[in-house]
Amino acid sequence: MDNQENIAVKTNKLTRKFGDFIATDELTLEVKKGEIFGFLGANGAGKTTAMRMLCGLLKPSSGEATVAGFDVYKQAEKIKKNIGYMSQKFSLYEDLKVKENIELYGGIYGLSRKEIKEKTKHIIDDLNMKSVENKLVAEIPLGWKQKLAFSVAQIHDPKIIFLDEPTGGVDPLTRRQFWNGIYASADRGLTIFVTTHYMDEAEYCNRVSIMVDGKVKALGTPRALKDEYKVGSMDDVFTELARGTSTK
Amino acid sequence: MLKGLILKEFRHIMRDPRTLLILFGMPLLQLLLFGFALSTEIKDAPIAVLDQSKDAQSYALQSKLFSSGYFKLEQKLINAKQIEKSFETGKVKMALVIPPQFGYQLNHGKHVQVQLIVDASDINTGITLRNYAENIIRDYQNQENPTERPFMQIVPKIRMIFNPGLASVYSFVPGVSALVLILISSMLTSVTIAREKELGTMEVISISPLKKHHIVIGKVIPYLGLSLLNAIIIIIVGVWVFDMPMKGNIFILLLECLLYVLVALALGVLISIRANTQQEAMFTSLLSMMLPTLLLSGFLFPVESMPWVLQQISKIIPATYFIEVIKSIMIKGGGFELVWKPTLVLAFMAFVLISISIKSLKTRID
Repeated sequence: MDNQENIAVKTNKLTRKFGDFIATDELTLEVKKGEIFGFLGANGAGKTTAMRMLCGLLKPSSGEATVAGFDVYKQAEKIKKNIGYMSQKFSLYEDLKVKENIELYGGIYGLSRKEIKEKTKHIIDDLNMKSVENKLVAEIPLGWKQKLAFSVAQIHDPKIIFLDEPTGGVDPLTRRQFWNGIYASADRGLTIFVTTHYMDEAEYCNRVSIMVDGKVKALGTPRALKDEYKVGSMDDVFTELARGTSTK
Repeated sequence: MLKGLILKEFRHIMRDPRTLLILFGMPLLQLLLFGFALSTEIKDAPIAVLDQSKDAQSYALQSKLFSSGYFKLEQKLINAKQIEKSFETGKVKMALVIPPQFGYQLNHGKHVQVQLIVDASDINTGITLRNYAENIIRDYQNQENPTERPFMQIVPKIRMIFNPGLASVYSFVPGVSALVLILISSMLTSVTIAREKELGTMEVISISPLKKHHIVIGKVIPYLGLSLLNAIIIIIVGVWVFDMPMKGNIFILLLECLLYVLVALALGVLISIRANTQQEAMFTSLLSMMLPTLLLSGFLFPVESMPWVLQQISKIIPATYFIEVIKSIMIKGGGFELVWKPTLVLAFMAFVLISISIKSLKTRID
């Protein structure tokens, strides 16, 4: 096992119940620093619940977890400063301009005015959005919004970024472009924790876990999982797993 | 951190015509509607007169009645049979019957009876008409017969201080202002927070390192400014359209509005904690603010005549104190020496409610 220094996210039997329903059941996993970790599962498998616990939005019912070395129970405030988050509904204000959104989040994360100015210029150049910087977010295409939200979620240089189905509703080409951005960030040392139900995206991850009914059913590199199930694609791995549980 | 949040909130408001409409259209509309609908003041009420005397005195009494501005002559009747008919057609609200030899009897110190027949189908208007007419007749009698009283007679003379004309603006402008301000202000904060919940941006705000008090204060400050602007509009309309006096210090009045609005905004934050959609937030604020303010603040019904339990409830309603303050300042021209007690209560309420709203805002779900 790696030493603690290299671990970005670590959970041990992390569980969340809503009444009798167990949304996340004894989740145990480790994510290494700089890793692109794919957190897969069908809708309702407990992905979002687990992610919300790690981000400090939801209190766990039991189990342990540390994010960026901080305890989710006691050090939620420190976790907040070290993570970025992009939700399914992507987190931008539609009635604010592109530039205003960047400035707002810069301010929320406590950046100085000078830093905000630099970051704003950097993000807009990086995303090639000079032409729309003064447009309302509502007016730009979905794929652009997602890329912008991803950049904005990193405005405070977090150590880990949580992406909850960041590419919902766009075509494969746009998704591919989004993933180029993810690779670029991972190359800079950012740890990426991403949920998705697109199996083509699962192939892009360094390692994946597949959740079924609140439990992790498979964990490993896409290569290793495909070998284990003797199939050609992650999509087939997923189908195998789903079949496995239904015969149980 | 706060500056950005406040700036953002202003941009939301400026770019959303709906918020602007709620903010400035609704109070104006409510004030005018409530103002005209709730006004119990009587002007030019149509009356019928059956004058069986037709002498100098009976004419003098009539002219006194019609010069008061409260009544106007709709119909002159010739005989008693016409009275019922004039009421049935709904043309008149009151009939005055002056008996034969009115002046003669009056001059000879005899007892004279005039008859007032009032349409009491609308009880409030009926009573008001009767009171007005009685007062005018009593006045007339005193002016005609100041010396010739057979013996010392104590005539109770009622003087309505602060509201000599019994003008209803004195009670409805403060009441409606209190109602409109609390409705609009609580709605604004509850709806904007609910909107962020709907859009999912509340989640992102919750994950950010912003503290709860930043989030609450970032919501309250922009709307505090706007609600104060609203208060100013309401005062101006009250004074110009409804002839409300403004005897006291306008700055003290605005300061009081600020406190009251703060209470309302904090209530809005509290509502938004339970409401997950904008609609829910809007209806909850409307229902939870409207009825208590309307019924228990002393606006429509005097607190003194309420049962003990309701009196206690009225003590925790912010409007109770705000109405008291507005009346003291605008009508009596009082300063802090007159309003420090309700002011203290409002300040205490504002402090407690803001603290509770910060405490109970959920950035993490249990």
